[in-house]
Amino acid sequence: MRRTPLATHDLALVAVFAALVAVLGAPGYISVSGLSAPITLQTLGVMLTGSVLGARRAPLAVLTFLALVAAGLPLLAGGRGGLSMFTGPTGGFLVGWLVGAAVIGWLVEHRPSRFGLGWVALANLVGGIAVVYAFGVPWMSWAATDLSLSAAWAASIVYLPGDLIKVAVTTVIAGGLLRGYPTAMPVQHRVRRDRDSVAG
Amino acid sequence: MRMTTIRLDGVGHSYGERVVLRDVDLTLTETRIGLVGANGSGKSTLARMINGLVLPTAGRVVVDGLDTREQGARIRRRVGFVFTDPDAQIVMPTVAEDVAFSLRRSGLNAREKRERVMAALDRFGLAGHADHPAHLLSGGQKQLLALTSVLVTEPQVLVCDEPTTLLDARNARSVARLLAGLEQQVIVVTHHLDLLAGFDRVVVLEDGLVVADGPVSESLAAYRALLD
Amino acid sequence: MLLGLYVPGNSPLHRRRAGTKLAVLGVLLGVMGVFRTAEVVTGGFVALTALTLLSGVGLRTMLAQLRPLLWFAVFVGAFQIWLSGPRQAALAVGFLLVSVGLAALVTLTTRTQELLDCMVSGLRPLRRLGVDPERAALTMSLTIRSIPVLLELSQDVQQARRARGAERSLRAFAVPLLIRTVRHADRVGEALAARGVDDP
Repeated sequence: MRRTPLATHDLALVAVFAALVAVLGAPGYISVSGLSAPITLQTLGVMLTGSVLGARRAPLAVLTFLALVAAGLPLLAGGRGGLSMFTGPTGGFLVGWLVGAAVIGWLVEHRPSRFGLGWVALANLVGGIAVVYAFGVPWMSWAATDLSLSAAWAASIVYLPGDLIKVAVTTVIAGGLLRGYPTAMPVQHRVRRDRDSVAG
Repeated sequence: MRMTTIRLDGVGHSYGERVVLRDVDLTLTETRIGLVGANGSGKSTLARMINGLVLPTAGRVVVDGLDTREQGARIRRRVGFVFTDPDAQIVMPTVAEDVAFSLRRSGLNAREKRERVMAALDRFGLAGHADHPAHLLSGGQKQLLALTSVLVTEPQVLVCDEPTTLLDARNARSVARLLAGLEQQVIVVTHHLDLLAGFDRVVVLEDGLVVADGPVSESLAAYRALLD
Repeated sequence: MLLGLYVPGNSPLHRRRAGTKLAVLGVLLGVMGVFRTAEVVTGGFVALTALTLLSGVGLRTMLAQLRPLLWFAVFVGAFQIWLSGPRQAALAVGFLLVSVGLAALVTLTTRTQELLDCMVSGLRPLRRLGVDPERAALTMSLTIRSIPVLLELSQDVQQARRARGAERSLRAFAVPLLIRTVRHADRVGEALAARGVDDP
């Protein structure tokens, strides 16, 4: 498979998926009143990016998106952006997206062959929820001046059902792509290329 | 302008088990060359071989003595490529930035670059849009911008892969007029047969094979016969 | 281009270089974070008010930046009053407002492009580690360029979903969107290669 040189293709995937995360912040904006982070499809974008782009490119895509947010583009759901998104109480979740995308990507890339979609779901539970909250909740507790961890958990827990739904959706979508349209899954390309290079 | 010689020697290409081109021997020196064929006939792959975007799995492609396998970068500086979908080809947020992107390694200073960019935009009727976001252009204007960004580097050859497929009739015609007026050697892949009026040569592909090759009227007669 | 949150102006804050503002912001937030005393937070609050007035962006603009914090601040305030008394509550809420407000002030008085350029030049020392600042800049520009393209793409997909009567299905939206996104990225990668991005 000698088509476009890999590097430009990677760059394009990174930029286009960064744009996808931004675009998913635009529609489906549902605000949960009472708290400061709105429920959006943006975390879905992060999960999809991790599942499709893999451990190296996915965090680069999220980093690019976050850099544009930090530079003042209002790309977070509800038209928010700027440096204050990082210094505020939900800044940890953004850092969590970055690490979470890498973890999802790594896990999906290293899927043992005897596991199927369950593995993709597990990867997204770990990377898309556990990792994201592991950064987001302590950060919130710290930023709100020793708000106890359990209180910070209480403030974040309302998002959990939504996040679980997104894991399910990501799994279904990734599964559909893996089976029905394998060439749309660059992760698969990579794996196949590795195998080819071993074979040849 | 001296025409470039593009030679394909025993060229074949396959993606895995799917063969898209086989035994293609062509020497392309004419100023205006058309490539036609049904979807999946291999014409887009053939076009991408001319600037080394796709490397042949059999045989070789040589552009002015340079093998695409070894000298891809030098060849791409001589061979410009225009794609079907300008939205994929325009990579910078604003019109002038996208044209300037092509000059990033030209060694020109900022002022010279700006002058070259503005002159190119002026030539293709986009000067008034220089600092506009690219996404606000119409479909036809976007394709003109894609062309401008390629032509600003003054390539010797221009390869266009269905440049008018996404355009309405009027914009297709203006792109056709623009291509006709270029001094470059132009190779066009198309389904719009009227784009080929006045061309020197048309190559017809079918299932990865060259099935007709000659003057426009003869080749298109053969192509139409294939369609029936 | 997308509009950033920048508010045009010619105040002393607008005229400072992005790097300077970022450095000052970093120091201020660092000091405040470590010494979270009443004096420091009060000082920060005074500084935020004075700088906001000096910047000429308007109190209303600043309040709009702080507004998303409202419910979280109420939650934190109530929690801290219940747990540690009004003094601690005021400190916690004050810290939140100041750390978000100061960061917002940098965003409001610095052009997006200047902040992006500043980030790119910040990457220069990382060249040795294989980071390519030029490529990072290209990736960010390409992302900005791709956002309207993907927005259009997602609207197309939504229309197609409506036409098929699958309006409420997230899957009928996300699967085609993802496939078209990957296809678009493939084409962009090819175009980048044709424009010599990978060539020496």
